[in-house]
Amino acid sequence: MAGWNDRKTSKYVGQKVTRVDGPAKATGRAKYTFDIVLPGMLYGVMLRSPHASAKITKLDTSAAEKMPGVKAVVTIAGVNSTLRYHGQEIAAVAAVTEELAKDAVRAIVVEYEKQPHSVRTEMAAKIADRKDAQPSMIPEGEVADALKSAAATIEATYSVPIRLHTSLESHGSVCKWDGDALTTWCSTQAVHGVKEGMAANQGIAQDKSHVICEYMGGGFGSKFGPGVEGSVCATLAKKAGAPVKLMCDRAGEQLATGNGPDGFAEVKAGASADGKLTVVKANLFGTGGNSSRWGLEYPYIYHAEKRDVSMTGVRVNCGSQAALRAPMHPQACALTEMMIDELAYKLNMDPVEFRLKNQSSQLREAQFRMGAQMIGWDKRNMSPGKSKARFVRGMGVATGKWGGGGGPGSQVQVVVNSDGTVLSKVGTQDLGTGTRTYVASIVAEDLGIDIDRVKAMIGDSALGYSGGSGGSTTTASLAPAVKTAAQAARAQLFAKAAEMLSTTPDSLDARDNKVFVAADPSKSVKFTELCARLGAQPIVANGQFDGSLQQGGVAGVQFAEVEVDMWTGHVQPIKVVAVQDCGYAINRLAAESQLIGGVIQGIAMALFEGRKMDEHTGRCLNPDMENYKLPGPMEMPEIIPVIYDTHDKVAGIGEPAVIPTAGAVANAVYNASGLRIRHLPIVPKRMMEAMA
Amino acid sequence: MNSFTYVSPKDLADASKAIGPSGKLLAGGIDLLTELKEGLIQPQRIVNLKSVSGLKDIGGSGDFKIGALVTLADLAANKEVRSKYPAIAEAAESVGSPQIRNVGTVGGNLCQRPRCWYYRDAEVHCLKKGGDRCYAVEGENEYHAILGGGPCHIVHPSDLAPALIALDAQVEIFSNGKTRKMPLGEFFQLPRDNVYSENVLKDGEIVTAVTLPKAMAGWKSSYYKIKERESFDWALASAAVAMEMKGTLVTKARVVLGGVAPIPWRSQEAEKMLEGKNLSTEQALQAGVAAVANATPMSGNAYKEKLAASAVGIAALTAAGMEAK
Repeated sequence: MAGWNDRKTSKYVGQKVTRVDGPAKATGRAKYTFDIVLPGMLYGVMLRSPHASAKITKLDTSAAEKMPGVKAVVTIAGVNSTLRYHGQEIAAVAAVTEELAKDAVRAIVVEYEKQPHSVRTEMAAKIADRKDAQPSMIPEGEVADALKSAAATIEATYSVPIRLHTSLESHGSVCKWDGDALTTWCSTQAVHGVKEGMAANQGIAQDKSHVICEYMGGGFGSKFGPGVEGSVCATLAKKAGAPVKLMCDRAGEQLATGNGPDGFAEVKAGASADGKLTVVKANLFGTGGNSSRWGLEYPYIYHAEKRDVSMTGVRVNCGSQAALRAPMHPQACALTEMMIDELAYKLNMDPVEFRLKNQSSQLREAQFRMGAQMIGWDKRNMSPGKSKARFVRGMGVATGKWGGGGGPGSQVQVVVNSDGTVLSKVGTQDLGTGTRTYVASIVAEDLGIDIDRVKAMIGDSALGYSGGSGGSTTTASLAPAVKTAAQAARAQLFAKAAEMLSTTPDSLDARDNKVFVAADPSKSVKFTELCARLGAQPIVANGQFDGSLQQGGVAGVQFAEVEVDMWTGHVQPIKVVAVQDCGYAINRLAAESQLIGGVIQGIAMALFEGRKMDEHTGRCLNPDMENYKLPGPMEMPEIIPVIYDTHDKVAGIGEPAVIPTAGAVANAVYNASGLRIRHLPIVPKRMMEAMA
Repeated sequence: MNSFTYVSPKDLADASKAIGPSGKLLAGGIDLLTELKEGLIQPQRIVNLKSVSGLKDIGGSGDFKIGALVTLADLAANKEVRSKYPAIAEAAESVGSPQIRNVGTVGGNLCQRPRCWYYRDAEVHCLKKGGDRCYAVEGENEYHAILGGGPCHIVHPSDLAPALIALDAQVEIFSNGKTRKMPLGEFFQLPRDNVYSENVLKDGEIVTAVTLPKAMAGWKSSYYKIKERESFDWALASAAVAMEMKGTLVTKARVVLGGVAPIPWRSQEAEKMLEGKNLSTEQALQAGVAAVANATPMSGNAYKEKLAASAVGIAALTAAGMEAK
């Protein structure tokens, strides 16, 4: 197999290519699941638990069922069911209008027996038995000795909050039955995952389950399966005998479709005078919500000579966690990087140099050096906390790591028709990362034709299998399969062209909508003429994964500059330099866009996001976009995305992009203000309290 | 959302009659729609005030009149407001997002309900909804009142009100076929006086305009709002400061805080610190400290004292054309 295209001569692959679906999205022509309206379609609405912990003692849907216009009611919980969090699904209604469905939901009579709850990790953790998930291998005395002999030590608690995915398009689907065959339009990051999930939960064969997702409005790791809302939608549709649309409302979305876990780190750490991290002792805890599954790597990428880390997952009466863009890495990174930074300042050592002394990757070291030079690291604040000015500026840094390699499974088919149209078909989804664009561009490149001749057909389970978009593996898994199919189509095309040009296929090349003899470009045939010769035998070429085209294992370093208003505690991001490798960037523009998006989401984590629970009522206080705050245009710094070129194989970038930002911003706040805020998000409240 | 009758009255008398005890006025609808959708109110009639003419006027050669239906965007863009009453333009500009300012009205901004997350949660039966307690007292109160709280601890969400009160605005209210006027500062009421309503409007009464005394046009004024998120947020604390000045000497001052009390909070303590003195950074910041000297913060909102103090200082300096730094 040929490798990826030479960027010196390629037209699309390895270059900056604008999204093929950009105009459709910008003009509203692109149809998302939310936009699907079918003839006779009903609207589904969910009834959710108002309590964090309760037993259902009565559940009566009869009044709702009798309401004119209500076509189906299904129960998810029943009498004696235990409800474990605010927002948990109890029942759902399908009716001719959404308003009527809401009225019917309110007509369902439920009585509860409230039970004790705990909704705050830090409170639950006090009660929870702190079992060592990774039992200490080091005798207690050794840790104490190491701390005693360290040149600098810190003892502090750090935390990052629970974050909500807040996808702009909520979870949900439109379900339509034809006999025992189900078609589901679903906002998902796993078209085939939903196909299989729907088949399983509806008890039908997989070949009777058809899933369509042409466009989707964000998932970030929370949209891999049908979900409760998806399977209930199918059940409602079956019961009603009509198509049903059920999309979560914002509160339901924020409460019950997943969240990114929090993390608390109670740390004692020490370093030697020459900048070696000699000892890290940490008690870590956090919650997976309605499960005690929780864990992260500490002290993340850094090597500690003595390391004693215990980990506890605590269960709370809140919705369960779901993967959230680089699961547990931004948490591990921020909890580690704030601590590392604090130690560096205690040692009076350049925070970059301290980091380099405690990690071994040459790639990462080069990224540190490059980013430092680009942001002007030597101009950082050399005396944090000494200024009396209202506005102070500072810089911070953090680093991350990720896998992002690919794997087998994707089945791609390229079809070249006699009219010169080309199809590149695979049942993948575009999570918003630009999948559709490279499904077209790789084929256009290898056939030497304009990208607008190639129609990328994706987002449909009737097309070839492709896996879910998770772990930043989609491009590294799928792009090699597209490349393989494109190469196979090229070979067939060249065989035909060789006949016409009286030469051998291996002497040919293709560019500018022509196939020509490489050594004598005057001998050529137009792509359309070539296609016309195909007659009743269009080219059909298949492609599978080729491991030689991908390679996981990436690093990233980000530098942030912020300005702090010491009178108001306001933190304004000024500039972020994000240096990230992703091997061979198939589409440099999309890769940069991923980096920028990651930085924005990281700024949100540093300064704004955090789910708030009320311990007394057990209810979430901000299942909305008013008090669950995401940054807007005013919060945006200058973002400089740097694709750090390494090898010529593809790796993912979506998740690594977000990892270092929050830690870098938090450390920049310290450098600017001299205030060490150890708990994210860094809001004015925390700044003013730290000034006290 | 319950079904309701939609009424388009032809004049104020008609509108007033239509509201009655179970109707709600619709102007921009920004707050009304969320209250309806969240299930906080179940009005039987929605009375569209926009069908009544004459409520969108702005200007006047004597007192400066701002109709209740003037949008926040139009108010912020008005040249006369910007030059004579800058605090009001700044306050209008600080509200919500461009989309909200294009639709939201002056009357709606003054009459909007609080943003307290317990009040806004239909499942939480708090004092304001006839319940027996304010959940903020033992709950999450970082956004709640540090002044004037109790038994309910909301903060008044209006940005316009502090600026208008600092400029001595009167509010015009249509009531029983007549229009009465009162100082806007007296329009708002504390929870201890009436926990169910943030203002003194009675059933059927309609805010039709606010007027600014001509004399205040000579004052220097500014509004400063501290928020968590610049792009779109409510005030953690804000301050409107208006001053009559001779050179750097402050002869008269009016200071009103926002986001820290159940009503726009006038601080005579801060005014006294400014009056009769030459304005300096130190003087301005000290006035801010005086403004919150009597604050009674809750478990999680003491930080607002410093924010409010800073807001006063920054607004005073900005009003005087001095750099706040």
